[in-house]
Amino acid sequence: MEPIPFRILSVKQELHDCFTLTLACDQIPFHFVPGQFNMLYVFGHGEVPISISGNPNQPELLVHTIRNVGSVTAALQQLKKGDFVGVRGPFGNQWPLSEAKGKEIVILAGGLGLAPLRPTIYRILEYRDHYKKITLLYGARNPDAVLFSDELGQWAHQIEVELTVDSAGAEWLGHVGVVTDMLQQQMGSSTNTIAFVCGPEIMMRFSAYALMDRGLSADQIYISMERNMKCAVGICGRCQFGPYFICQDGPIFSFDKVEQLLKIREV
Amino acid sequence: MSQLNLLQKTRIDRSQIDTLFLSLKRHGYSLVGPKISEGAIIYDFLDSITQLPIGWTDEQEAGTYRIKQRGDQALFGYNLGPHSWKKFLFSPRKRIWQGQKTSEGGFRTQQEASTQPQRFAFIGVRACELHAIHIQDQVFMNKQYQDAEYLHKRTDNFIVAVNCGQAGKTCFCTSLNTGPKVNEGYDLALTEIIDGDVHYFVVESGSERGLEVLNELPCQSVSNSDLEEAVDKCIEKATGQMSRAIDTTDIKAFLYRNYDNKRWRELEKKCLTCANCTMVCPTCFCSKIEDTTDLTGNYAERWQSWDSCFTMDFSYIHGGSIRASTQSRYRQWLVHKLGSWIDQFGTSGCVGCGRCITWCPVGIDLTEEIAALRQAERETKNGGS
Amino acid sequence: MVEAKSIESLLRESPFFQSFQDDHISLLAKCSEVVHFNQNELLLTEGESADCFYLILNGSVAIESHFPGREALVVSKVATHGIVGFSWLFPPYRNQFDARAVTSVLAVKLSGSCLLPVIESNHELGYHLLRGFSAIMLQRMQAARRQMLDIFGQSKKTI
Repeated sequence: MEPIPFRILSVKQELHDCFTLTLACDQIPFHFVPGQFNMLYVFGHGEVPISISGNPNQPELLVHTIRNVGSVTAALQQLKKGDFVGVRGPFGNQWPLSEAKGKEIVILAGGLGLAPLRPTIYRILEYRDHYKKITLLYGARNPDAVLFSDELGQWAHQIEVELTVDSAGAEWLGHVGVVTDMLQQQMGSSTNTIAFVCGPEIMMRFSAYALMDRGLSADQIYISMERNMKCAVGICGRCQFGPYFICQDGPIFSFDKVEQLLKIREV
Repeated sequence: MSQLNLLQKTRIDRSQIDTLFLSLKRHGYSLVGPKISEGAIIYDFLDSITQLPIGWTDEQEAGTYRIKQRGDQALFGYNLGPHSWKKFLFSPRKRIWQGQKTSEGGFRTQQEASTQPQRFAFIGVRACELHAIHIQDQVFMNKQYQDAEYLHKRTDNFIVAVNCGQAGKTCFCTSLNTGPKVNEGYDLALTEIIDGDVHYFVVESGSERGLEVLNELPCQSVSNSDLEEAVDKCIEKATGQMSRAIDTTDIKAFLYRNYDNKRWRELEKKCLTCANCTMVCPTCFCSKIEDTTDLTGNYAERWQSWDSCFTMDFSYIHGGSIRASTQSRYRQWLVHKLGSWIDQFGTSGCVGCGRCITWCPVGIDLTEEIAALRQAERETKNGGS
Repeated sequence: MVEAKSIESLLRESPFFQSFQDDHISLLAKCSEVVHFNQNELLLTEGESADCFYLILNGSVAIESHFPGREALVVSKVATHGIVGFSWLFPPYRNQFDARAVTSVLAVKLSGSCLLPVIESNHELGYHLLRGFSAIMLQRMQAARRQMLDIFGQSKKTI
């Protein structure tokens, strides 16, 4: 399976180390479901797995929000409008929106974790009447690290949006604390509420515990896992997490499947 | 020419093995089988029966391998060398595609066409190895993604299996029910019978294709029960010599609940993470993908090669390796091989061939490790520390 | 040689329980046992049910969180005479961090399921216990906040 060249239509600097590429391939739509990822290739350089962060209702554009953390993502950050990126995908499973129909959805995002959740939010907004109450709780390190801040304001018209940061200066008028501080003390029973959690692994762990402590069962909480990935088709073996191949069995897992594995170090 | 039936045993002598080779070549197969090279019995392309390790055997123990002369003319009188058949089915290193930049700044890629001979006849496949091939079939052919090259090579892959007449010291196939007798998935199965001056082969076909080839050989018809007895005696001898074992009772659940077992710490002291075990293991399938470019940056290639879960790079994500410690990497390998493999592919990943024991430079023995892990669990349960 | 001491005397020797009444010490001792941890063993595991706390008699314990791909981050250390474990006191009764023995550790383990009903009925003991815990928790919270201020300039990459 070879990467297909996609042209960069635009580059947006989101944060100091985070940028969004909007890609297209000859107007051929790129269909995907929220939660999926692509392998993005910089010619001659290398390939990395990046979650799709765009709108599944607008498949003519393929959008990825990327953080510069290594040599390939640094190379991606050097690219400009008109340059090409190789795309293989989409891979992986999806946030279970069909299961969420008729239910309340609580979305907890931490840091860059809002990016893989954004397609889900777009889909929810498109089909808003399929779901009951929608809450987005988003935690970032500080006000400069808040992703998609303009969109958060727009989304707040249709869903409940709460934002918190770990620390801030005086000009910050919002919450300061951890994202789980913003959870209601008692939530709906597990049959009526479903939770999607995405962020650093430790944030997903303590968020899942906090949700369970407020009445959700582990199989109603979904998280998105990340590991080393090269083939993305379940052959190279690198993305294994216990018995799971994250590229095929994930990256989205219900918490009951992974709760015990997450407690073990170096697994 | 004979007119045998499927699975019917018959007797052939050494000269007919020669004829068999010719017959297979005539059918268009490239023969691959055992040869001596650099002090080991390895697998390589074969032309004639004279290239087989005639009269040689191997002596193996943890961290030890030697070949030595037997004093007879056995063609298959050894057990297993460092190579497994995966070397031919799953290339140790291959280019997947090449690419070029185009004038508009994009790029174009071409998939790699195969240059190696694709129709292999494997000569001398042991029962455990046959199981290993089937296990790799599950990995490369029976999941969502099928490896086209592997599929192509296995579609017309002629297997001449061989029943073991002796067990190596590191063998433990009986624990995993993978030998020493060959059961299914072969085209022809040979059992070499040597008894003083007597030296012949019992052969049976296991497939229509095998039967067709067998019927091209002039064979001696001997009473089936005598042949059955000869084969049984051979298998019994090998079974009786098995000196290692693993208690596989509930092994998956056992390993899943023992991630924190204190025995893993012992491996921190011993294991060198040299990855020999994964290289010689006939079922290990992990690989790495590398992207390369020339100095101009206009030409690129993607290569796939064997990799090992023992490397730091294997589990590296931004920030560091998930499995940084030696013990975590050894644990990943063992729990995967004997435990989570069952959830992933429906069978154990281990066939009891013992190569990992033989070729470990410090002689780590997974049969010993499993026993020690079980013992450590018992001790912890009984309140010891 | 370690002389076998009664749990009561071990409790009384610690600064935390020094000022407790004798009858309270007896009640506490009934819910206690002396335990030992080897280096790197966990006294408390993140995510698991919080059903006890420890008075450290000897050794050092790290309060930490583990991350994939990097070493666990220690946020606090508890030494001899210190207390480890507060989640047993309040719902959801779940450990929020790992507590790992940095050295070999000897401790008195006090059972939550035993103590909670005791302090429910003995409010005087409950008051003294909670007062003692609150002081420690206040001090640790203030330290955590100061640590968070990251006052030492450009730090290494964190999460």
